[in-house]
Amino acid sequence: MPSDFVDDAGIAADDAIDIREQRRRAEVDEPSSAVARFDSPLKLEAGQSLNPWQIAYQTYGELNRDKTNAVIVCHALTGDQHCANRHPVTGRPGWWEAMVGPGRPVDTDRFFVICANVIGGCSGSTGPASIRPGGTEPYALDMPVLTIRDMVRAQAMLVESLGIETLFAVVGGSMGGMQVLEWGVSYPERVFCALPIATGVRHSPQNIAFHEVGRQAIMADPDWRGGRYMIEGVKPRKGLGVARMAAHITYVSEAALHRKFGRQLQDREGLSYGFDADFQIESYLRHQGSTFVDRFDANSYLYVTRAMDYFDLAADHEGQLAHAFKGSPSRWCVISFTSDWLFPTSESRRIVHALNAAGAEVSFVEIETDRGHDAFLLMEPEFHRVVRGFLTGAARSRGIAVPAPAA
Amino acid sequence: MSDVIPAAEQRVDFRIIRELVEPGTRILDVGCGDGLLMSLLRRTLGVRASGIELSQTGVNDAVARGLSVIQGDADTDLDAYTDKSFDYVILSQSLQAMRDPHKVLENMLRIGERGIVSFPNFAYYRMRLQLLTTGKMPKTDLLPEPWWRTSNIHFCTIRDFVELCDEMGVTVEAQIALNSSGRRIPLNAPWWFWNLFGEQAVFLLRR
Repeated sequence: MPSDFVDDAGIAADDAIDIREQRRRAEVDEPSSAVARFDSPLKLEAGQSLNPWQIAYQTYGELNRDKTNAVIVCHALTGDQHCANRHPVTGRPGWWEAMVGPGRPVDTDRFFVICANVIGGCSGSTGPASIRPGGTEPYALDMPVLTIRDMVRAQAMLVESLGIETLFAVVGGSMGGMQVLEWGVSYPERVFCALPIATGVRHSPQNIAFHEVGRQAIMADPDWRGGRYMIEGVKPRKGLGVARMAAHITYVSEAALHRKFGRQLQDREGLSYGFDADFQIESYLRHQGSTFVDRFDANSYLYVTRAMDYFDLAADHEGQLAHAFKGSPSRWCVISFTSDWLFPTSESRRIVHALNAAGAEVSFVEIETDRGHDAFLLMEPEFHRVVRGFLTGAARSRGIAVPAPAA
Repeated sequence: MSDVIPAAEQRVDFRIIRELVEPGTRILDVGCGDGLLMSLLRRTLGVRASGIELSQTGVNDAVARGLSVIQGDADTDLDAYTDKSFDYVILSQSLQAMRDPHKVLENMLRIGERGIVSFPNFAYYRMRLQLLTTGKMPKTDLLPEPWWRTSNIHFCTIRDFVELCDEMGVTVEAQIALNSSGRRIPLNAPWWFWNLFGEQAVFLLRR
């Protein structure tokens, strides 16, 4: 676990931001986590290749002797490889510590968990913020457009380089769930069980629309400079912040917004009759936007949202989703949340129907919660009980030993 | 799991169903509840079991137990399954809860090589007596809910079921009627006897 994250205590706010920004930029090419560097080309769907390229990853737990207990955790849009360790830039806990860790549903006492930063990301894997090979400047918009399939191909090469032939499980929510679906379809023989959570087989027009709002916000920021902001020493903070604010609304349900914020005012007795953040929800969203900017790259946001927009599993298989899953030997467990309107249960049912039609072994659970799309990241006991049960049942079939419980 | 198995074996129709299913086959349990029957068949016969269940808690319990179960409505979701994708499709005490039992049976015999149906017999003599003497909807140990709360909306008798099978051109490969102590009524007994003394029945069907 990296412990060299920036500690803000005692440092003036501006200095802390600068130091954090330096740290964030350092993570792009020289991550504090493990990184696999490849001198063989990564062929992309857009037609070009990346060469050389790198993929940054974290591992937790031990690979067993038979190499049957490896689990890939796929992260969502703005996630990274730090799912169960303190973040090297923000110092915050891992984004999925509720799910991954010793004794957790994805139990690192039993499984060897690998979590890699996606290609196109900005946390150590090759992306638009990476320094171009043989040059001194980042790729910026010269990076080819990437797809979910490209991300998964890169992960498959990483897994191979670790000497692992088959994965026990592939687990992920949202964009991570898209990668799980792609894993199951592109590498069926290498996936024993697959858990796509709060996801869909394609991005809906509504989802694309929200992403487009975010991208336009970034590109409208004068500091974006046609994507060359790093070279010109600026950063489109406002645009990226607005993009995050818009996206964040889609991650929560209306009911949760009512419950958490209602129309309550932020640190004031009455309305200001101005455009300050009068309401708590405004203040909350602004905070979400500004903290996001500290840890994420604007161009990366363009590329990764685009990858999600382009995702359409059926289109890759003559428009027939069932063809995509045909002959799938994996066990599937599809999970949705009742209040998720970004990837509603109907999207999960589409996956389940196709898996059924393909004769695959599939479970489907809808979890009752008012916490919206983000529920998959939160402490949801029923959700965790299902994941634990599914993985335990599958581990039994796979012959993965359960370590003796601690005395 | 140890508390689960005895409960499963107490269900007399489960015992009969287990006798009808060939080991190592693929089964689909429609209305599988929390997966008791699936667990039993998987454990004792090594079948590959899948289930479909309407209730959220049933599904979550079954999946948490390591079973492959889908949250869904048999009345609508069976359409998505392909022809002959299972060796057996099982409806244990769930047919009477379907909105369209005829359509569910059609789907069952389309999806499965064979179908197994167990259901409570509404012509069982205690039912008839209760209706006759009290003038109210009968309640038994097997069917304890009052009429306004029960999910069983399409009751039938053994005779009714046989008639429907005839009408649908379905072949009955095996039929077992069980009395209130869970014993089989002898095969050579006439239909009226089955229909009077059978508290529940199990049918093995094929198209």
